[in-house]
Amino acid sequence: MEMLTFSAPAVNPETRPFWDACNDGKLLVGRCTTCRKHHYYPRPFCPHCGGDKVEWVEAEGTGQVYSYTVMRRFEPVRVLCMVELAEGVRMMTVLRTAEPDAVRIGLPVSLAFAESAGGQKLPVFEPAG
Amino acid sequence: MSIRGKAYIAGAWEHPLRKAPDHSVAQLHYEVAKGALDDAGLTFADVDGFFCAGDAPGLGAHSMVDYLGLDLRHVDTTETGGSSYLAHVSHAAQAIMAGKCDVALVTLAGRPRSERTDIRAAAPIEDPDAPDVPFEVPYQPVLSAVYALCAMRHMYEYGTTPEQLAWIKVAASHHAAHNPHAMLRDRVTVEDVISSPMVADPLHRLDCCVVTDGGGALVVTRPEIAKSLSRPRVKVLGAGESIGHRRGGTADITTTAAAISGPAAFAEAGVRPADIDYAAIYDSFTITVLMQLEDLGFCEKGRGGAFVADGNLISGVGRLPFNTDGGGLCNNHPANRGGMTKVIEAVRQLRGEANPAVQVPDCRLAVASGIGGPLATRHGSATLILERE
Repeated sequence: MEMLTFSAPAVNPETRPFWDACNDGKLLVGRCTTCRKHHYYPRPFCPHCGGDKVEWVEAEGTGQVYSYTVMRRFEPVRVLCMVELAEGVRMMTVLRTAEPDAVRIGLPVSLAFAESAGGQKLPVFEPAG
Repeated sequence: MSIRGKAYIAGAWEHPLRKAPDHSVAQLHYEVAKGALDDAGLTFADVDGFFCAGDAPGLGAHSMVDYLGLDLRHVDTTETGGSSYLAHVSHAAQAIMAGKCDVALVTLAGRPRSERTDIRAAAPIEDPDAPDVPFEVPYQPVLSAVYALCAMRHMYEYGTTPEQLAWIKVAASHHAAHNPHAMLRDRVTVEDVISSPMVADPLHRLDCCVVTDGGGALVVTRPEIAKSLSRPRVKVLGAGESIGHRRGGTADITTTAAAISGPAAFAEAGVRPADIDYAAIYDSFTITVLMQLEDLGFCEKGRGGAFVADGNLISGVGRLPFNTDGGGLCNNHPANRGGMTKVIEAVRQLRGEANPAVQVPDCRLAVASGIGGPLATRHGSATLILERE
Protein backbone atom coordinates (compact mmCIF):
# COMPACT_ATOMS: atom_id res chain seq x y z
CA MET A 1 0.00 0.00 0.00
CA GLU A 2 1.37 3.38 -1.02
CA MET A 3 1.99 5.66 1.96
CA LEU A 4 -0.41 8.46 2.79
CA THR A 5 1.33 11.77 3.41
CA PHE A 6 0.40 14.42 5.95
CA SER A 7 1.46 18.04 6.26
CA ALA A 8 2.96 19.14 9.58
CA PRO A 9 0.58 20.60 12.17
CA ALA A 10 1.56 24.01 13.53
CA VAL A 11 2.45 23.46 17.18
CA ASN A 12 2.08 26.36 19.61
CA PRO A 13 2.59 26.70 23.38
CA GLU A 14 -1.10 26.04 24.04
CA THR A 15 -1.17 22.75 22.15
CA ARG A 16 2.40 21.52 22.83
CA PRO A 17 1.28 18.90 25.43
CA PHE A 18 -1.12 17.39 22.90
CA TRP A 19 1.52 17.03 20.22
CA ASP A 20 4.20 15.79 22.62
CA ALA A 21 1.76 13.11 23.77
CA CYS A 22 1.17 12.08 20.14
CA ASN A 23 4.93 11.53 19.81
CA ASP A 24 4.64 9.27 22.89
CA GLY A 25 1.80 7.31 21.28
CA LYS A 26 -1.03 8.90 23.28
CA LEU A 27 -4.12 10.80 22.12
CA LEU A 28 -5.23 13.49 24.56
CA VAL A 29 -8.67 15.08 24.69
CA GLY A 30 -9.90 17.87 26.94
CA ARG A 31 -12.23 17.24 29.88
CA CYS A 32 -13.93 19.89 31.98
CA THR A 33 -13.60 19.34 35.71
CA THR A 34 -16.82 21.30 36.24
CA CYS A 35 -19.34 19.84 33.74
CA ARG A 36 -17.29 16.64 33.17
CA LYS A 37 -17.79 16.81 29.38
CA HIS A 38 -15.03 16.01 26.93
CA HIS A 39 -14.12 18.25 24.04
CA TYR A 40 -11.99 18.02 20.91
CA TYR A 41 -9.92 19.74 19.58
CA PRO A 42 -8.47 20.54 23.03
CA ARG A 43 -8.34 24.07 24.46
CA PRO A 44 -7.65 25.58 27.88
CA PHE A 45 -11.32 26.12 28.73
CA CYS A 46 -14.56 24.22 28.23
CA PRO A 47 -16.47 25.07 25.04
CA HIS A 48 -19.58 23.44 26.50
CA CYS A 49 -19.99 25.28 29.83
CA GLY A 50 -17.35 28.00 29.62
CA GLY A 51 -15.51 26.67 32.66
CA ASP A 52 -11.79 27.37 32.81
CA LYS A 53 -10.74 24.26 34.70
CA VAL A 54 -10.03 21.57 32.15
CA GLU A 55 -7.69 18.62 32.20
CA TRP A 56 -5.98 16.53 29.57
CA VAL A 57 -7.18 12.95 29.57
CA GLU A 58 -5.78 10.12 27.52
CA ALA A 59 -8.35 8.71 25.11
CA GLU A 60 -8.89 4.95 25.16
CA GLY A 61 -8.03 4.91 21.49
CA THR A 62 -11.18 3.15 20.34
CA GLY A 63 -14.15 4.50 18.48
CA GLN A 64 -16.29 4.18 15.41
CA VAL A 65 -16.68 5.86 12.06
CA TYR A 66 -19.22 8.72 12.43
CA SER A 67 -18.85 9.76 8.79
CA TYR A 68 -16.31 9.27 6.02
CA THR A 69 -15.57 9.87 2.39
CA VAL A 70 -13.19 8.29 -0.07
CA MET A 71 -11.25 11.05 -1.80
CA ARG A 72 -11.03 9.56 -5.29
CA ARG A 73 -8.95 12.30 -6.85
CA PHE A 74 -6.05 11.59 -4.49
CA GLU A 75 -3.35 9.07 -5.22
CA PRO A 76 -3.44 6.91 -3.19
CA VAL A 77 -7.14 7.43 -2.40
CA ARG A 78 -7.59 8.88 1.05
CA VAL A 79 -10.39 8.00 3.48
CA LEU A 80 -11.18 11.23 5.31
CA CYS A 81 -13.09 10.39 8.40
CA MET A 82 -14.88 11.76 11.40
CA VAL A 83 -14.29 9.27 14.17
CA GLU A 84 -16.46 9.24 17.28
CA LEU A 85 -14.19 8.33 20.16
CA ALA A 86 -15.30 6.13 23.06
CA GLU A 87 -15.20 9.37 25.09
CA GLY A 88 -18.08 10.68 22.93
CA VAL A 89 -16.34 13.42 20.94
CA ARG A 90 -15.80 13.36 17.19
CA MET A 91 -12.55 14.22 15.47
CA MET A 92 -11.41 14.81 11.91
CA THR A 93 -8.88 12.19 10.94
CA VAL A 94 -7.87 9.72 8.25
CA LEU A 95 -8.68 6.04 8.25
CA ARG A 96 -5.70 3.98 7.13
CA THR A 97 -7.05 0.97 5.31
CA ALA A 98 -6.20 -1.27 2.38
CA GLU A 99 -9.93 -1.57 1.63
CA PRO A 100 -11.43 1.92 1.30
CA ASP A 101 -14.54 0.49 -0.34
CA ALA A 102 -15.27 -1.60 2.75
CA VAL A 103 -15.53 1.42 5.08
CA ARG A 104 -18.97 2.03 6.56
CA ILE A 105 -20.44 4.37 9.14
CA GLY A 106 -20.32 2.55 12.48
CA LEU A 107 -17.15 0.61 11.62
CA PRO A 108 -15.14 0.05 14.84
CA VAL A 109 -11.73 1.68 14.60
CA SER A 110 -8.61 1.90 16.71
CA LEU A 111 -5.98 4.57 17.17
CA ALA A 112 -2.68 4.60 15.32
CA PHE A 113 -0.13 7.29 14.60
CA ALA A 114 1.30 8.52 11.33
CA GLU A 115 4.37 10.64 10.81
CA SER A 116 3.71 14.03 9.25
CA ALA A 117 6.21 16.05 7.22
CA GLY A 118 9.05 16.93 9.60
CA GLY A 119 8.39 14.00 11.93
CA GLN A 120 5.59 15.16 14.26
CA LYS A 121 3.24 12.22 14.91
CA LEU A 122 -0.42 12.65 14.06
CA PRO A 123 -3.41 10.59 15.28
CA VAL A 124 -4.97 8.45 12.55
CA PHE A 125 -7.20 5.38 12.78
CA GLU A 126 -7.36 1.87 11.39
CA PRO A 127 -10.19 -0.67 11.25
CA ALA A 128 -10.26 -2.42 14.65
CA GLY A 129 -9.27 -6.04 15.15
CA MET B 1 -36.39 47.13 16.42
CA SER B 2 -36.49 45.42 13.09
CA ILE B 3 -35.09 46.05 9.61
CA ARG B 4 -38.46 45.02 8.13
CA GLY B 5 -39.22 47.45 5.31
CA LYS B 6 -36.37 49.81 6.27
CA ALA B 7 -34.31 49.22 3.11
CA TYR B 8 -34.70 48.20 -0.53
CA ILE B 9 -32.46 46.49 -3.05
CA ALA B 10 -32.46 49.14 -5.77
CA GLY B 11 -29.75 47.73 -8.03
CA ALA B 12 -28.47 44.26 -8.88
CA TRP B 13 -26.06 43.19 -11.58
CA GLU B 14 -24.24 39.98 -12.45
CA HIS B 15 -21.14 40.10 -14.61
CA PRO B 16 -21.86 38.27 -17.89
CA LEU B 17 -18.38 36.74 -18.11
CA ARG B 18 -17.63 33.30 -16.71
CA LYS B 19 -13.97 33.44 -17.72
CA ALA B 20 -12.09 36.74 -17.51
CA PRO B 21 -8.44 36.17 -18.42
CA ASP B 22 -8.10 39.76 -19.64
CA HIS B 23 -9.55 41.44 -16.54
CA SER B 24 -7.98 42.26 -13.20
CA VAL B 25 -9.91 41.41 -10.03
CA ALA B 26 -10.19 45.12 -9.19
CA GLN B 27 -11.53 45.85 -12.66
CA LEU B 28 -14.23 43.21 -12.18
CA HIS B 29 -15.21 44.91 -8.90
CA TYR B 30 -15.50 48.19 -10.80
CA GLU B 31 -17.57 46.69 -13.60
CA VAL B 32 -20.07 45.01 -11.29
CA ALA B 33 -20.34 48.16 -9.16
CA LYS B 34 -21.02 50.23 -12.28
CA GLY B 35 -23.52 47.65 -13.50
CA ALA B 36 -25.51 47.66 -10.25
CA LEU B 37 -25.47 51.46 -9.94
CA ASP B 38 -26.59 51.86 -13.58
CA ASP B 39 -29.33 49.33 -12.92
CA ALA B 40 -30.54 51.38 -9.95
CA GLY B 41 -30.22 54.70 -11.75
CA LEU B 42 -27.60 55.94 -9.29
CA THR B 43 -23.93 56.92 -9.61
CA PHE B 44 -20.69 56.37 -7.71
CA ALA B 45 -21.16 59.87 -6.25
CA ASP B 46 -24.38 58.68 -4.57
CA VAL B 47 -22.63 55.84 -2.70
CA ASP B 48 -21.90 56.60 0.97
CA GLY B 49 -21.68 53.04 2.29
CA PHE B 50 -19.44 50.25 0.97
CA PHE B 51 -19.54 46.55 1.77
CA CYS B 52 -17.07 43.88 0.65
CA ALA B 53 -15.62 40.59 1.87
CA GLY B 54 -12.50 38.47 1.50
CA ASP B 55 -12.62 38.38 -2.30
CA ALA B 56 -11.83 42.11 -2.45
CA PRO B 57 -8.08 42.55 -2.94
CA GLY B 58 -6.11 44.47 -0.34
CA LEU B 59 -6.68 45.18 3.35
CA GLY B 60 -10.40 45.19 4.06
CA ALA B 61 -12.16 47.80 1.92
CA HIS B 62 -9.16 50.13 1.65
CA SER B 63 -7.97 49.29 -1.84
CA MET B 64 -11.42 49.01 -3.41
CA VAL B 65 -12.62 52.31 -1.93
CA ASP B 66 -9.44 53.99 -3.17
CA TYR B 67 -9.71 52.38 -6.63
CA LEU B 68 -13.40 53.21 -7.00
CA GLY B 69 -12.87 56.74 -5.63
CA LEU B 70 -15.71 56.51 -3.10
CA ASP B 71 -16.52 59.07 -0.40
CA LEU B 72 -17.96 57.07 2.46
CA ARG B 73 -19.75 57.55 5.75
CA HIS B 74 -20.00 53.84 6.42
CA VAL B 75 -17.93 50.72 5.71
CA ASP B 76 -18.43 47.02 6.54
CA THR B 77 -16.08 44.17 5.63
CA THR B 78 -17.94 41.31 7.29
CA GLU B 79 -16.36 38.07 6.09
CA THR B 80 -18.40 34.88 6.35
CA GLY B 81 -17.22 33.26 3.11
CA GLY B 82 -19.78 32.84 0.36
CA SER B 83 -22.62 33.93 2.64
CA SER B 84 -21.02 37.36 3.25
CA TYR B 85 -23.08 39.24 0.66
CA LEU B 86 -26.40 38.24 2.18
CA ALA B 87 -25.10 39.42 5.56
CA HIS B 88 -24.03 42.65 3.84
CA VAL B 89 -27.58 43.31 2.67
CA SER B 90 -28.80 42.85 6.23
CA HIS B 91 -26.02 45.02 7.65
CA ALA B 92 -26.70 47.67 5.00
CA ALA B 93 -30.35 47.73 6.04
CA GLN B 94 -29.27 48.11 9.69
CA ALA B 95 -26.87 50.92 8.78
CA ILE B 96 -29.52 52.70 6.71
CA MET B 97 -32.03 52.36 9.55
CA ALA B 98 -29.48 53.85 11.96
CA GLY B 99 -28.79 56.77 9.63
CA LYS B 100 -25.20 55.68 8.93
CA CYS B 101 -25.59 55.66 5.14
CA ASP B 102 -28.18 56.19 2.40
CA VAL B 103 -26.80 54.26 -0.59
CA ALA B 104 -24.88 51.06 0.15
CA LEU B 105 -22.84 49.33 -2.53
CA VAL B 106 -21.96 45.63 -2.12
CA THR B 107 -19.45 44.06 -4.52
CA LEU B 108 -18.03 40.60 -5.19
CA ALA B 109 -15.56 39.57 -7.89
CA GLY B 110 -12.79 37.08 -8.56
CA ARG B 111 -10.98 35.01 -11.15
CA PRO B 112 -10.53 31.48 -9.75
CA ARG B 113 -11.04 29.94 -13.19
CA SER B 114 -8.31 31.97 -14.84
CA GLU B 115 -6.06 31.60 -11.83
CA ARG B 116 -6.83 27.86 -11.57
CA THR B 117 -7.51 28.01 -7.85
CA ASP B 118 -10.13 25.31 -7.58
CA ILE B 119 -11.52 25.63 -4.06
CA ARG B 120 -13.17 22.22 -4.36
CA ALA B 121 -9.66 20.77 -4.24
CA ALA B 122 -8.20 23.14 -1.65
CA ALA B 123 -8.26 23.36 2.10
CA PRO B 124 -10.13 26.64 2.57
CA ILE B 125 -8.21 28.05 5.51
CA GLU B 126 -4.64 27.25 6.38
CA ASP B 127 -3.83 30.00 8.89
CA PRO B 128 -1.67 28.20 11.47
CA ASP B 129 -3.00 30.50 14.20
CA ALA B 130 -6.58 29.35 13.57
CA PRO B 131 -7.03 26.94 16.49
CA ASP B 132 -8.77 24.26 14.41
CA VAL B 133 -6.22 24.19 11.60
CA PRO B 134 -3.49 21.99 13.18
CA PHE B 135 -6.15 19.42 14.09
CA GLU B 136 -7.70 19.22 10.61
CA VAL B 137 -5.56 20.53 7.76
CA PRO B 138 -2.80 17.86 8.00
CA TYR B 139 -5.46 15.31 6.94
CA GLN B 140 -6.16 17.36 3.76
CA PRO B 141 -9.88 17.99 4.27
CA VAL B 142 -10.58 19.57 0.87
CA LEU B 143 -13.98 21.20 0.49
CA SER B 144 -15.57 18.50 -1.62
CA ALA B 145 -14.53 15.91 0.98
CA VAL B 146 -15.83 17.91 3.93
CA TYR B 147 -19.21 18.37 2.24
CA ALA B 148 -19.15 14.66 1.39
CA LEU B 149 -18.92 13.88 5.13
CA CYS B 150 -22.27 15.67 5.57
CA ALA B 151 -23.82 13.86 2.61
CA MET B 152 -22.63 10.45 3.79
CA ARG B 153 -24.00 11.00 7.30
CA HIS B 154 -27.28 12.40 5.95
CA MET B 155 -27.70 9.27 3.82
CA TYR B 156 -26.94 7.08 6.85
CA GLU B 157 -29.36 8.83 9.21
CA TYR B 158 -32.23 9.57 6.84
CA GLY B 159 -31.91 7.21 3.90
CA THR B 160 -31.22 10.02 1.45
CA THR B 161 -30.07 8.60 -1.90
CA PRO B 162 -27.57 9.72 -4.56
CA GLU B 163 -30.49 9.87 -7.00
CA GLN B 164 -32.34 12.35 -4.77
CA LEU B 165 -29.25 14.56 -4.55
CA ALA B 166 -28.91 14.32 -8.33
CA TRP B 167 -32.40 15.83 -8.77
CA ILE B 168 -31.00 19.11 -7.42
CA LYS B 169 -28.46 19.25 -10.25
CA VAL B 170 -31.11 18.19 -12.75
CA ALA B 171 -33.36 21.09 -11.69
CA ALA B 172 -30.49 23.57 -11.90
CA SER B 173 -29.59 22.32 -15.37
CA HIS B 174 -33.16 22.75 -16.60
CA HIS B 175 -32.97 26.39 -15.53
CA ALA B 176 -29.46 26.98 -16.91
CA ALA B 177 -30.63 25.79 -20.33
CA HIS B 178 -32.50 29.11 -20.61
CA ASN B 179 -29.58 31.28 -19.45
CA PRO B 180 -27.29 32.30 -22.33
CA HIS B 181 -24.55 33.26 -19.83
CA ALA B 182 -24.59 29.97 -17.89
CA MET B 183 -21.34 28.02 -17.87
CA LEU B 184 -23.13 24.65 -18.20
CA ARG B 185 -26.22 24.85 -20.40
CA ASP B 186 -26.90 21.20 -21.12
CA ARG B 187 -29.84 19.58 -19.39
CA VAL B 188 -28.65 16.57 -17.41
CA THR B 189 -30.51 13.55 -16.07
CA VAL B 190 -30.29 11.78 -12.73
CA GLU B 191 -28.38 9.04 -14.55
CA ASP B 192 -25.89 11.61 -15.91
CA VAL B 193 -25.18 12.83 -12.39
CA ILE B 194 -24.74 9.46 -10.72
CA SER B 195 -22.63 8.11 -13.57
CA SER B 196 -20.27 11.11 -13.53
CA PRO B 197 -16.91 10.40 -11.88
CA MET B 198 -16.91 10.09 -8.09
CA VAL B 199 -15.02 12.98 -6.50
CA ALA B 200 -15.51 12.18 -2.83
CA ASP B 201 -18.08 9.49 -1.98
CA PRO B 202 -21.03 10.02 -2.22
CA LEU B 203 -20.51 13.23 -4.24
CA HIS B 204 -19.94 12.95 -7.98
CA ARG B 205 -18.45 15.52 -10.28
CA LEU B 206 -21.94 16.74 -11.21
CA ASP B 207 -22.86 17.16 -7.54
CA CYS B 208 -20.32 20.02 -7.46
CA CYS B 209 -20.70 23.65 -8.51
CA VAL B 210 -18.82 25.30 -11.36
CA VAL B 211 -15.63 27.32 -10.92
CA THR B 212 -16.06 30.71 -12.61
CA ASP B 213 -14.54 34.15 -12.93
CA GLY B 214 -16.78 37.18 -12.69
CA GLY B 215 -18.83 38.70 -9.94
CA GLY B 216 -21.86 40.72 -9.02
CA ALA B 217 -22.99 43.74 -7.07
CA LEU B 218 -26.00 45.09 -5.20
CA VAL B 219 -27.20 48.55 -4.26
CA VAL B 220 -29.22 48.85 -1.06
CA THR B 221 -30.93 52.12 -0.21
CA ARG B 222 -33.44 53.79 2.06
CA PRO B 223 -37.17 53.72 1.17
CA GLU B 224 -37.39 57.40 0.16
CA ILE B 225 -34.57 56.99 -2.37
CA ALA B 226 -35.88 53.65 -3.67
CA LYS B 227 -39.27 55.25 -4.27
CA SER B 228 -37.64 58.05 -6.31
CA LEU B 229 -36.07 55.53 -8.71
CA SER B 230 -37.72 53.96 -11.73
CA ARG B 231 -36.94 50.27 -11.10
CA PRO B 232 -39.39 47.78 -9.54
CA ARG B 233 -38.93 47.86 -5.79
CA VAL B 234 -37.58 44.91 -3.77
CA LYS B 235 -38.01 45.37 -0.05
CA VAL B 236 -35.85 43.74 2.63
CA LEU B 237 -38.33 42.05 4.99
CA GLY B 238 -36.11 40.04 7.30
CA ALA B 239 -32.64 38.64 7.84
CA GLY B 240 -30.75 36.24 10.03
CA GLU B 241 -27.20 35.02 10.35
CA SER B 242 -25.20 32.53 12.35
CA ILE B 243 -22.04 30.46 12.39
CA GLY B 244 -22.23 26.69 12.56
CA HIS B 245 -19.30 24.99 14.27
CA ARG B 246 -17.93 21.81 15.82
CA ARG B 247 -19.32 22.32 19.32
CA GLY B 248 -16.27 20.77 20.92
CA GLY B 249 -16.64 17.67 18.77
CA THR B 250 -20.35 17.10 19.42
CA ALA B 251 -21.98 18.83 16.44
CA ASP B 252 -24.58 17.10 14.27
CA ILE B 253 -23.16 17.49 10.75
CA THR B 254 -26.53 16.92 9.08
CA THR B 255 -27.75 20.35 10.24
CA THR B 256 -26.56 23.76 8.98
CA ALA B 257 -26.60 27.12 10.72
CA ALA B 258 -29.56 27.96 8.46
CA ALA B 259 -31.53 26.28 11.26
CA ILE B 260 -30.72 29.44 13.26
CA SER B 261 -30.53 32.13 10.56
CA GLY B 262 -33.61 30.89 8.69
CA PRO B 263 -36.19 31.00 11.49
CA ALA B 264 -34.76 34.37 12.62
CA ALA B 265 -35.26 35.81 9.12
CA PHE B 266 -38.76 34.37 8.73
CA ALA B 267 -39.75 35.68 12.16
CA GLU B 268 -38.53 39.18 11.37
CA ALA B 269 -40.30 39.12 8.01
CA GLY B 270 -43.51 37.79 9.54
CA VAL B 271 -43.89 35.10 6.88
CA ARG B 272 -43.57 31.32 6.72
CA PRO B 273 -41.74 28.99 4.31
CA ALA B 274 -45.12 28.04 2.82
CA ASP B 275 -45.55 31.68 1.71
CA ILE B 276 -42.36 31.69 -0.38
CA ASP B 277 -42.72 31.91 -4.17
CA TYR B 278 -39.03 31.59 -5.08
CA ALA B 279 -36.06 30.11 -3.21
CA ALA B 280 -32.45 31.11 -3.88
CA ILE B 281 -30.44 28.40 -2.13
CA TYR B 282 -26.65 28.31 -1.88
CA ASP B 283 -25.52 25.42 -4.05
CA SER B 284 -21.81 24.76 -3.72
CA PHE B 285 -22.78 21.09 -3.77
CA THR B 286 -26.13 19.34 -4.11
CA ILE B 287 -26.07 18.34 -0.43
CA THR B 288 -25.72 22.01 0.55
CA VAL B 289 -29.14 22.72 -0.99
CA LEU B 290 -30.84 19.73 0.56
CA MET B 291 -29.71 20.51 4.10
CA GLN B 292 -30.64 24.20 3.83
CA LEU B 293 -34.13 23.38 2.54
CA GLU B 294 -34.69 21.25 5.63
CA ASP B 295 -33.19 23.79 8.00
CA LEU B 296 -35.15 26.69 6.50
CA GLY B 297 -38.31 24.73 7.20
CA PHE B 298 -39.44 23.78 3.69
CA CYS B 299 -39.69 20.18 4.88
CA GLU B 300 -38.99 18.16 8.01
CA LYS B 301 -35.41 17.30 8.92
CA GLY B 302 -34.41 14.21 6.99
CA ARG B 303 -37.17 14.59 4.38
CA GLY B 304 -35.10 16.76 2.03
CA GLY B 305 -34.39 13.87 -0.32
CA ALA B 306 -38.07 13.22 -0.98
CA PHE B 307 -38.73 16.97 -1.19
CA VAL B 308 -36.21 17.67 -3.99
CA ALA B 309 -36.97 14.55 -6.04
CA ASP B 310 -39.05 14.33 -9.20
CA GLY B 311 -38.48 17.91 -10.33
CA ASN B 312 -39.96 19.63 -7.28
CA LEU B 313 -37.38 22.45 -7.61
CA ILE B 314 -37.95 23.03 -11.35
CA SER B 315 -39.75 26.25 -12.22
CA GLY B 316 -43.15 25.55 -13.75
CA VAL B 317 -42.98 21.90 -12.69
CA GLY B 318 -42.44 21.66 -8.95
CA ARG B 319 -43.73 23.35 -5.80
CA LEU B 320 -40.58 25.32 -4.98
CA PRO B 321 -38.75 26.87 -7.94
CA PHE B 322 -35.11 27.38 -6.97
CA ASN B 323 -32.00 28.94 -8.55
CA THR B 324 -33.68 29.77 -11.85
CA ASP B 325 -30.46 31.20 -13.30
CA GLY B 326 -28.93 27.71 -13.07
CA GLY B 327 -27.32 28.52 -9.71
CA GLY B 328 -23.78 27.73 -8.75
CA LEU B 329 -24.30 24.17 -9.91
CA CYS B 330 -24.64 25.20 -13.57
CA ASN B 331 -24.55 28.97 -14.09
CA ASN B 332 -22.03 30.85 -12.01
CA HIS B 333 -20.11 30.63 -8.72
CA PRO B 334 -17.89 33.70 -9.09
CA ALA B 335 -14.83 33.88 -6.84
CA ASN B 336 -15.93 30.52 -5.39
CA ARG B 337 -18.59 32.46 -3.49
CA GLY B 338 -22.20 31.93 -4.47
CA GLY B 339 -24.08 34.27 -2.11
CA MET B 340 -24.12 37.32 -4.37
CA THR B 341 -25.65 35.54 -7.35
CA LYS B 342 -28.35 34.06 -5.09
CA VAL B 343 -29.54 37.55 -4.19
CA ILE B 344 -29.27 38.82 -7.78
CA GLU B 345 -31.52 36.09 -9.21
CA ALA B 346 -34.00 36.60 -6.34
CA VAL B 347 -34.16 40.28 -7.29
CA ARG B 348 -34.71 39.35 -10.96
CA GLN B 349 -37.56 37.03 -9.99
CA LEU B 350 -39.23 39.61 -7.75
CA ARG B 351 -38.95 42.24 -10.50
CA GLY B 352 -40.40 39.80 -13.03
CA GLU B 353 -37.16 40.00 -15.01
CA ALA B 354 -35.94 36.40 -14.88
CA ASN B 355 -35.63 34.49 -18.14
CA PRO B 356 -39.28 34.15 -19.29
CA ALA B 357 -39.10 30.35 -19.43
CA VAL B 358 -38.25 30.19 -15.71
CA GLN B 359 -40.01 33.31 -14.38
CA VAL B 360 -42.26 32.42 -11.45
CA PRO B 361 -45.71 33.90 -12.15
CA ASP B 362 -46.62 36.75 -9.80
CA CYS B 363 -43.44 36.24 -7.77
CA ARG B 364 -43.99 38.27 -4.60
CA LEU B 365 -41.89 36.71 -1.85
CA ALA B 366 -38.41 35.18 -2.03
CA VAL B 367 -35.92 33.67 0.37
CA ALA B 368 -32.19 33.83 -0.30
CA SER B 369 -29.99 31.50 1.73
CA GLY B 370 -26.21 31.58 1.79
CA ILE B 371 -23.60 29.25 3.28
CA GLY B 372 -19.93 30.13 3.54
CA GLY B 373 -17.12 27.72 4.36
CA PRO B 374 -16.98 24.00 5.03
CA LEU B 375 -20.36 22.71 6.16
CA ALA B 376 -19.13 19.81 8.30
CA THR B 377 -16.77 21.98 10.35
CA ARG B 378 -17.25 25.77 10.50
CA HIS B 379 -19.61 27.67 8.21
CA GLY B 380 -21.47 30.93 8.03
CA SER B 381 -25.17 31.01 7.22
CA ALA B 382 -27.13 34.09 6.22
CA THR B 383 -30.80 34.25 5.24
CA LEU B 384 -32.73 37.09 3.61
CA ILE B 385 -36.45 37.43 3.02
CA LEU B 386 -37.25 39.79 0.16
CA GLU B 387 -40.62 41.09 -1.06
CA ARG B 388 -41.75 42.77 -4.25
CA GLU B 389 -43.60 45.95 -3.37
